[in-house]
Amino acid sequence: MPDIDTLFLFGSNPTEAHPIVSFYLKKALRRGARLVVGDPRQTWMARRADVWLNLRPGTNIALINGIIHVILKKGWENKEFIKKRTEGIDELKEKVKEYDPKTVEKITGVSKDKIIEAARLYSRAEKAMIVYGLGVTEHRTGTENSMALANLALVCGHIGRPSTGIMALRGQNNVQGSSDLGPLPATLPGYQSVTDPKIRAKFEKAWGVSLSPKVGLKSVEMLDEAIKKRFKGLFILGEDPAQTDPNSHEVREALKSLDFLVVQDIFLTETTKYADVILPGASFAEKDGTFTNGERRIQRVRKAIEPVAGRAEWQVICDLATRMGYSMHYEHPSEIMDEIAGLVPIYGGISYDRLENESLQWPCPTKDHPGTSTLYTDLFSRPGGLAKFIPLDHKGPGEKVDREYPFTLITGRIREHYNNGSMTRRVPEIMEVVPEELLEISPEDAKKLKVSDGDRVKVISRRGKVKVRAKVTERSQKGNVFLTFHFPKALSNFLTSHHRDPITGTPEYKACAVRIEK
Amino acid sequence: MPDEKLRITINGKVVLCSRDETILDAAKKAEVRIPTLCYDERLEPYGGCRLCIVEIKDFPKPVPACTTRVKDKMVISTETDEVRRMRKNILALLLSNHPNDCMRCEATGNCALQTLSYEYEVDGTRFAGETWNLPIRNDNPFITYDPNKCILCGRCVRICNDVVMAGTIELTGRGFDSRPDTSFGRPRSLDNCEFCGQCVSTCPTGALIDRKAVGRGRAYEMTKVKTTCPYCGTGCNFYLNVKDGEVVKVTSDFEAPVNHGNLCIKGRYGYDFIHSQERITSPIIKKGGQYVESTWDEALDLVAQRLGEILQEYGPSSVGAFSSARCTNEENFLLSKLVRTVFKSNNVDCCARV
Repeated sequence: MPDIDTLFLFGSNPTEAHPIVSFYLKKALRRGARLVVGDPRQTWMARRADVWLNLRPGTNIALINGIIHVILKKGWENKEFIKKRTEGIDELKEKVKEYDPKTVEKITGVSKDKIIEAARLYSRAEKAMIVYGLGVTEHRTGTENSMALANLALVCGHIGRPSTGIMALRGQNNVQGSSDLGPLPATLPGYQSVTDPKIRAKFEKAWGVSLSPKVGLKSVEMLDEAIKKRFKGLFILGEDPAQTDPNSHEVREALKSLDFLVVQDIFLTETTKYADVILPGASFAEKDGTFTNGERRIQRVRKAIEPVAGRAEWQVICDLATRMGYSMHYEHPSEIMDEIAGLVPIYGGISYDRLENESLQWPCPTKDHPGTSTLYTDLFSRPGGLAKFIPLDHKGPGEKVDREYPFTLITGRIREHYNNGSMTRRVPEIMEVVPEELLEISPEDAKKLKVSDGDRVKVISRRGKVKVRAKVTERSQKGNVFLTFHFPKALSNFLTSHHRDPITGTPEYKACAVRIEK
Repeated sequence: MPDEKLRITINGKVVLCSRDETILDAAKKAEVRIPTLCYDERLEPYGGCRLCIVEIKDFPKPVPACTTRVKDKMVISTETDEVRRMRKNILALLLSNHPNDCMRCEATGNCALQTLSYEYEVDGTRFAGETWNLPIRNDNPFITYDPNKCILCGRCVRICNDVVMAGTIELTGRGFDSRPDTSFGRPRSLDNCEFCGQCVSTCPTGALIDRKAVGRGRAYEMTKVKTTCPYCGTGCNFYLNVKDGEVVKVTSDFEAPVNHGNLCIKGRYGYDFIHSQERITSPIIKKGGQYVESTWDEALDLVAQRLGEILQEYGPSSVGAFSSARCTNEENFLLSKLVRTVFKSNNVDCCARV
């Protein structure tokens, strides 16, 4: 990564959310890489950017379309790459015609000069990389937002070579692995479709039971069905939807509606309040296993101490399955990995023995395969191997500001805390330096509302109210405010909206309308 | 890959090197150890401590290995009497105002200055003179700074400014009064420090110390367990330092493929939750509106029975599970297997989408 000459950072604040990734980016900057940042907040990176695209929350697509418009108009695209490795450029050209810099300036609030300069820097670079974060995906148009970035990378041919491409920074330690290994309603482990009879047959043979061909419910659908009294029993493993899901009041209503809720966690959380049975979990220090990081690298977790409650989750799941009539038994998590390797082709070459001496990234199909660090060097994963441009329209956030709720609330993380805070809030030293939630508000807005640094304010949305102290900072632009979701006492997810991306179901954490009262 | 076509001889061993490698890089390849104090692989070579000086055939005087690039047919000697004598002098000078405090110093057993002084049979008596006698700085919850133990290698300053780019500390003062400090000597707070502890991880002495682990045990008493960080998705590796069944400290794994020993505040200092008094230590069952502790057998029987009843009455679509991006791959796989083999549906989802 330090070899990149231009970095396009979009909807990501790595100095806070991914500090170690930010070191790589900083190294590139120190070696002279140019930096374009798309973010409504004036983050550390935005302050140091050659171009800061300070867009209004939720106007990502318009902005990217505008940049592509400029690139195509100026003839800065990579014509050879487009011809050889993509299809659908004409449709894209037609669509982005509507997005001239002036129109885009009106929609996004980003001046047209900045749009043109960003287009120039990114397209003219030799090795340019796009790094994006949840500021792209946590919108109701999240999937389309990331497709827009893919369009941009493809137009310039910045993909499939070292130090180029698109890198998504993923939020949680094992969000990659937990997607890879099957807890998804439409796919069996390894993204293998449950509707494919051949795939099912493979798993049925290994597991000795017949499997349902019907796509299951997504988590949000399970909760919706629970409210309708059609979904009755739920096992929640190490998750706190009552705090971390948006529109918390509704989530809690759903959990209350269940006939039977089991929660396994290492601490009592907002979610365990609704449980009929609470099972103790084991922390990462108490078990053997693997995590898969954002670059698909499978790494060992090693047991350092005995589980505080005597058992780790994998043992509990086996025990429960056995009690319910399906015998499940493993001596050690390495045996589970062996089973995974036999069933999941992308993990086919993984074993604990190899992980002792090697650092492996999937796809790693066989025991002698060295793993894969760069994807799509040659062909894309579509029939025919060509990438397809997708023309996209600007839609904006699901909830727009109005006179009653004039501010856009953005939620996210700060460096010192993590997610629902159940871990970091139990580190006394961290609590000493960051003891409470703070509402980041711009100096202009603070002045208008007569709010000073440290004042108590109420943040009110159509769904709820949260009381917090204000932090007046230039990190927030006029019209936007920012909260984390680390503190249950001032929980921003009482405020966030029900809007979701229709494809992934990812909630729109990054934009909802609020008002602020003293 | 850079083509390796320069032939270098180090202590009689021949190694092939590329043009951009230093003598220190070449020595590593030849498995020849050259002592260093100001060197850290995460930083640009600095040439400050002069401990890595080596002799090169036909060179008029010794040169530092960390900042000198190799040339074809170089013949290098790393352990001549002359360089050993010079290293002794350097160490004796460093020790001349160093507190004679190894017995209660946190760094004991993990201190490059101590190791090298032992190896080169040097103590602080030869040039003993004026000392600093500065107050120890305990002005924040994470990092203790004892300026008296500083050897001015500049590693903390460089990692803070070049790698983290936090700009917390800088070398201040001149001559004898020169030392790393925050601007205006202000206490460390979030206003001027990220509390990543990178400076502690690179300090070769006991000048910068993880305050949380003070008095919790010596380096050699720790069982070091290499593992992967449980926080964000970057996938940093580190060592859990365990003593008497308790995690007392996190230390860097400099071989880690992703983070090379670098860590942030959460990775390095966010481990206390493991031994929190608030951990759930036994299963809990709701009985008549009250939560009561139970045994694993009782709790799991109840779960099996109730979920079984619901499945029986309302069918497979009425039951499901949420999986966790916090749990291991193996556990996610098993939960998915549980839903599919026992609940007989595909109602399983992870929190990747929220």
